[in-house]
Amino acid sequence: MTHRSDRSLSVAGLARVEGEGAMHIRVDDGEVTDVRLEIYEPPRFFEALLRGRGYTEAPDITARVCGICPVAYQLSACRAIEDACGVTVDGTLADLRRLLYCGEWIESHALHIYLLHAPDFLGYDGAVELARDHRSIVERGLAIKKAGNELLTVLGGRAIHPVNVRVGGFYRAPSPAELAALVPALRRALDDALSTVEWVARFEYPDFHHDHELLALVEPDRYAIESGTPATDRGLSFAVRDFEAHIVEEQVPHSTALHASLAGRGRYLTGPLARYALSQHLLSPLARQAAGAAGLDVDCRNPFRSIVVRAVELVYAVEEALRLIEAYRPPQLAAVAVPPRAGVGYGATEAPRGTLFHRYALAADGTITSARIVPPTAQNQASIEHDLRALVGQRLHLDDHRLTHECEQAIRNYDPCISCATHFLTLSVERSHR
Amino acid sequence: MSAAPTLAVWKFASCDGCQLSILDCEDELLAIADRIRIAQFPEASRAVVAGPYDISLVEGSVTTPSDAERIRRIRAQSGLLIAIGACATAGGIQALRNFADVEEFRSLVYARPEYLSTLDTSTPVAAHVTVDLELSGCPIDRRQLLDTLAALLVGRRPDLPGHSVCFDCKARGTTCLLVAGGVPCLGPVTRAGCGAICPAYGRGCYGCFGPAATVNAPALVARLRELGMTEPELTRVFRTFTAAAPAFAAAVPAEEAGA
Repeated sequence: MTHRSDRSLSVAGLARVEGEGAMHIRVDDGEVTDVRLEIYEPPRFFEALLRGRGYTEAPDITARVCGICPVAYQLSACRAIEDACGVTVDGTLADLRRLLYCGEWIESHALHIYLLHAPDFLGYDGAVELARDHRSIVERGLAIKKAGNELLTVLGGRAIHPVNVRVGGFYRAPSPAELAALVPALRRALDDALSTVEWVARFEYPDFHHDHELLALVEPDRYAIESGTPATDRGLSFAVRDFEAHIVEEQVPHSTALHASLAGRGRYLTGPLARYALSQHLLSPLARQAAGAAGLDVDCRNPFRSIVVRAVELVYAVEEALRLIEAYRPPQLAAVAVPPRAGVGYGATEAPRGTLFHRYALAADGTITSARIVPPTAQNQASIEHDLRALVGQRLHLDDHRLTHECEQAIRNYDPCISCATHFLTLSVERSHR
Repeated sequence: MSAAPTLAVWKFASCDGCQLSILDCEDELLAIADRIRIAQFPEASRAVVAGPYDISLVEGSVTTPSDAERIRRIRAQSGLLIAIGACATAGGIQALRNFADVEEFRSLVYARPEYLSTLDTSTPVAAHVTVDLELSGCPIDRRQLLDTLAALLVGRRPDLPGHSVCFDCKARGTTCLLVAGGVPCLGPVTRAGCGAICPAYGRGCYGCFGPAATVNAPALVARLRELGMTEPELTRVFRTFTAAAPAFAAAVPAEEAGA
C-alpha cells in the first residue's frame, strides 16, 4: 500500500473548517500531478446583490458573508465607504473599532486553536472528543472565547452579526462602566492566553517549511488590525486604493472561490504568519516574550506552527483590549456624519484569517453601483494548494489514511473560511492503481 | 429518553453563523455533549456517525440542484428536522436573487459563469421538505437554541415567540424609537427572539428575525412614509435578510425597485 507510485487521495467533506469544501490529490508515477482544493460552497453573489443598495447598508449586508468574522466585513466596508465619501474616522471612535476587532480576534482565534486545530495535534476528532480526556483544557479555550464574545456583545450588541456598527462609527457608544465590567474576564483570559501559548508550544510539529511571499497590512507604530498599508516580506508595498492593480483574481473550474495572486509575482499568503513576519517587533513585550519562550523566531515559515502564532496574537489581542478599555473616555458623538457623494472608495482590515479588501463605487445619492470583496481565503488558496503539493511529494511513503489526515491538517493550518471565499473545501487524494 | 438522542448539523447556502451559535454556547457546550450525542457536525468534528438522526439542525437555504436533492435525503434520515436561521427559514440575504436576473448575477461575480451550478432562486427548507420547527434570526439567538434543545430533552414544547419585537422593547424598558424619536423601525412587524437589541442601541430594528406571526405591514409602511422614507428605501428595508418571507415580500410592490 505504502509504495504505490500512482494514488489518489480524497476527502469529500473537510471537517473543522468554516464552510464546505473538498480536497482532491492525484499522484502518477510517484509524482504529484494534481492538487485541488475544491470549494463547492454554493455561491451567494454578494457583489451583485450589493448594487442598488444604500451606502449605509454595506456593513450589515457584507457581515453576512461570514458568521465567524462579521466585524472584519463590517469594518472593511465602513473604511471603504468612508474613503469614497472623503471622511476619516479617528480618535476614540477608531479606538472603539480596534476594541471591537480585538473581540473578534479573541473569539475567532480561540475557536480555531481549541475547537478546530488543536485536536489534530493530539489525535482527536474534535474538541468534544478532546474534552472527554482533557475537559479543563477545552473549558479554558471556551472561557477565552467567551471573553471575546462578551466584548463583542457589549460593544456590538451581539457576538454574531453585531448591530452597533455603522458607517461613521457606532449607533451608541458604551459607558465606561459597561466596558469596565469586561475587565475581570479579560484579565483571566490573558492568563489563559499565556497558558495557551505554553500548551501549543509543546505540540509535535512536522518538519515542513514554505516560501510563500507574505502579505499583511502594516502600521508604523503598532500591530495592524483595523487599518494599515498592504506590504510584503519581499519589499512590495502599495496603497489600499491600488489593491486591484496588485491583486489579480482568476476563476478556476473546481472552485466557487476566485484564486488571487500578486500581479507579476505569483502566489502569496496572508494571515497570522504574514502579520507576525511583518510586525512581530510591534507586539507587546508580554506577547513577544511568550513567542520567544515558545521557540518562535522573528519569522515562522512552518504553517503547522501557525497555531503558536495565533496563540501569541491571542495574548496581544487580550492585552490590547484591556489597554483600550483602560484608556477609554466616551466620545462626544457616537458617529461622525458621512454625507454621500459620487466616488470610489477602498478599505482593508486584518480579519483573523488575513487581509480583507473591499471596494465600492457610489452614485451621488450614496447608491452602491458596484462592489468588490477580496477575502483572505481566496488569496491563500493557491498557497494552500502549493503546500499540499509539497507535503504530499515529501510524504509518499505514508499510507493513504495517514497522508490524507496530514493533508487535511495542512489545510486547517490556514483556518480557511470557505463561506468567505465563496464567491471555498471537501478533501480527496487520488492515487491511480496500475 | 433512555439513550442520548443523536444530533446532526447540516449546512446549505449560509455564512456559518447559526451553527457557530452552537459552539458559542461556551458555558453549555460540554453539558450539551453529555446529554446529546453529536453524530454529525463537520464544523466541530471529523467523526461521523451514520444516520438516522433523532434531531437534525439545518442551516442555510437551497440554491443548487444538488442541494435540492440533499435536503430530501436529510429529511428521510431525520426524526425532527429544525430549520435554523433566516437562510433556512426564509431564503436569507441570497434570496435577493429571487427578485433579479441570476444569469446577470453569475456573470457579474464570475468570469466563467458556466463553471457554476446554481438555481434561479434561494428558497427556505420548508419549500422542499416538511420542517418540524423553525428558529428565526440572522443569526439565530443562542438562548433560543439552548431552550429548544432543552425542551426536546425533557419533552416539553419549545418557547418560540410569534409576537413582535415591540413587546420585548417594552419588557426591556426601551423607549420607543418610532413613537418618541421618529426613527424608522421594523419592530412592529418583526418576530421577537433577539432580545430587542437594536432599539436598545439606538437604532431601528432592521427585521433580521423576519415577520412576526401576525403582521400589519400597510400600517407600518404608511408611518415610514410619513417619516420621510422614499419608495426605494422602503423596498430595501423589507428586502434584506428575509426578503422572500411572504409577509415582507408582500409589504412592498412586487416590481424590482431600489436597484
